[in-house]
Amino acid sequence: MNVFLFYVTLAIYFGATAAYLIYLFKPSKNLGKFAHWLIVFGFIVHIIFTFDRFIEAGHTPITNLHESLSFFSLAVVGLFIIFESRFKMQVLGSFVVPVATVLLLVSSLFPTSIGPLNPALKSGWLAVHTIVAFLGYASFAVAFGASIIYLIQERFLKKKVLNGLFQKLPSLNVLDEINYKCLTFGFPLLTVAIISGAIWAESAWGSYWTWDPKETWSLITWLLYAVILHGRLTTGWRGRKAAILSIIGFAVVLFTFLGVNLFMSGLHSYK
Amino acid sequence: MNIVVVGLSHKTAPVEVREKVAFAPTHMEEPLNTLVSLEDITEGVIVSTCNRVEIYATTQDIAAGTARIKRFFADYHKVDIEKLDQHFYSYHGEEAIKHVFRVASSLDSMVVGEPQILGQIKTAYGYAAEYKSSGIILNRFLHKAFSVAKRVRTETKIASSAVSVAFAAVELARKIFNDLSDKTVMLIGAGEMCELAAKHFLNNGVRGIFVTNRTFERAESLAEEFDGKAVRFEDLFDQLHKADIVLSSTGAPYTIIGPSDLNEVMKRRKHKPMFFIDIAIPRDIDPAVNGVENVYLYTVDDLNGVVESNIEQRKKEAEKAEEIVNQEIGQFFKWLSSLEVTPTIVALRKKFDEIRKAEIEKTLSGWKDIPPDAGKKLEAATMAMMNKLLHHPISTLKQSGQGGRTALYVDALRGLFELNVDIPDDEEMHELEED
Repeated sequence: MNVFLFYVTLAIYFGATAAYLIYLFKPSKNLGKFAHWLIVFGFIVHIIFTFDRFIEAGHTPITNLHESLSFFSLAVVGLFIIFESRFKMQVLGSFVVPVATVLLLVSSLFPTSIGPLNPALKSGWLAVHTIVAFLGYASFAVAFGASIIYLIQERFLKKKVLNGLFQKLPSLNVLDEINYKCLTFGFPLLTVAIISGAIWAESAWGSYWTWDPKETWSLITWLLYAVILHGRLTTGWRGRKAAILSIIGFAVVLFTFLGVNLFMSGLHSYK
Repeated sequence: MNIVVVGLSHKTAPVEVREKVAFAPTHMEEPLNTLVSLEDITEGVIVSTCNRVEIYATTQDIAAGTARIKRFFADYHKVDIEKLDQHFYSYHGEEAIKHVFRVASSLDSMVVGEPQILGQIKTAYGYAAEYKSSGIILNRFLHKAFSVAKRVRTETKIASSAVSVAFAAVELARKIFNDLSDKTVMLIGAGEMCELAAKHFLNNGVRGIFVTNRTFERAESLAEEFDGKAVRFEDLFDQLHKADIVLSSTGAPYTIIGPSDLNEVMKRRKHKPMFFIDIAIPRDIDPAVNGVENVYLYTVDDLNGVVESNIEQRKKEAEKAEEIVNQEIGQFFKWLSSLEVTPTIVALRKKFDEIRKAEIEKTLSGWKDIPPDAGKKLEAATMAMMNKLLHHPISTLKQSGQGGRTALYVDALRGLFELNVDIPDDEEMHELEED
């Protein structure tokens, strides 16, 4: 049942990705509505899947790569739905929904079975630490999507290519604002995730900070976003620069999450 | 009843001719009253804009009505009719309907898709309704034209892109800033195009406008006109950071703003985007400015390029619009024909029924030993006879539809049976349609 729900979600996300990509090149009201309701429907099934897994496993289902990637994807879709209705911007979906779909697709490559819980993870901190961390990652993912569109749109404006896609993409200021909003939302979450992780580490492993690769890279990510936000508020790193930094930031996030788990050994390598 | 259109437009007459026969919007009562008091003319609407002057009217006799309207143009404006004749176009029947639908949908405009014409026709119709020169046919006709125009507007992109340089500039600004209500414009120099663009930005809700000019007095007077603030030319770079949109058209033979000037400006505005529009020839702004981060520089040529491609796009959309117009003509023409048909049928039935009833009465009154059910039987027999006799002619008439035969049949019936047919009023018409 659980695995079935997972694949249903994946299939719906693929459908929504296709709808949003077609929408980008041939926008129509009906297709836009269809894409929106498809992703909302997929999100609901995804939530049911996650909840079902929570009941079956008896703990927060973010304990291995399959579960983490799935939750990451869920958070991205949830945030996207909020931003889509808040900014009335469907084209954002053409760039963010594929990210969520790819995350879920990668998730399907890892074993889906529910194994016994690693004793080190048996704690109330599991839920707080992981959910907060992935919500933070998800807002960086939306910022990434908005930044990609920003760079495309800014290129069109500079090169004076004003037909086709240019007309369909939103204005620079709105994209910049989404990027900024996402960072101001994601950064505190990342901060909370790191602090809660440190407290949990103290109680589980006896030390707040051990320079485990995950901890190091989380700190690098945190510092990077701190610099981006600081630069924006003081010297006006906005527009193109902010977009590029946001894209780099998300690449670092992905490495912190996936690269560290897959290629480096440490306390956080849950596969 | 026939709809006729007589007029002249930018396509058939130069402005010197058009202005001679234009009607002042403040004095519409007299010409409208004169128009409908003419022989052969029953209803009339006068549309008078700077690109066209045309009259929509209803008449029993197309040729006579058309000639009367042409003479009315000449007489009312005291112009020699020979001088006007070559510029007139006239339409009747489906052609007339098509023409008005196209005009209202802005397909016949100088700039196809421009939005003003619909409003102008609505105003013209407003006068006609106020002074009661339009009646059931033109009322319905113009409302139909408005709904066709609306359909064209919503179902095609005919009016969705800017086809003037000033509008193109505003649209581009929206693509950068999204909301213009907290944006400020700096106007450097003066010039028609520059001022027009500034006006468009103001109409689109920018917060404020700075004006600078080598002659400070000129800056002050322009600032007053735009309700803005004058800036001394020497202070330009001190104030430039406050502007989001810069319109420049000075007569300077060299560039006045270069990329290095913007370093300080961009720093002071925390690198918020700036949109420069260089309208001057030779250029006021160094092309390298476009390379500065978060700065977008467009020249008049760039904007013209946008406008031209938009015009191309409009042409494609206009084809879709023509299709919509063609669909709607048939529907309206059917209604117009039924306007003749239905009352004729009613009158025909009435005539037959009157004769039938009179004959029955005559028969019964002179009949002795009348069987008790004779009245009923006679009634039934004559009724059946009448219905059978009328069935074929009536259904033929109804089905003649849009073909040219309708008018022929209607005329024949009216002549042969001496029918008196009045055009029903709106309410009666409504009832008849429901039958």
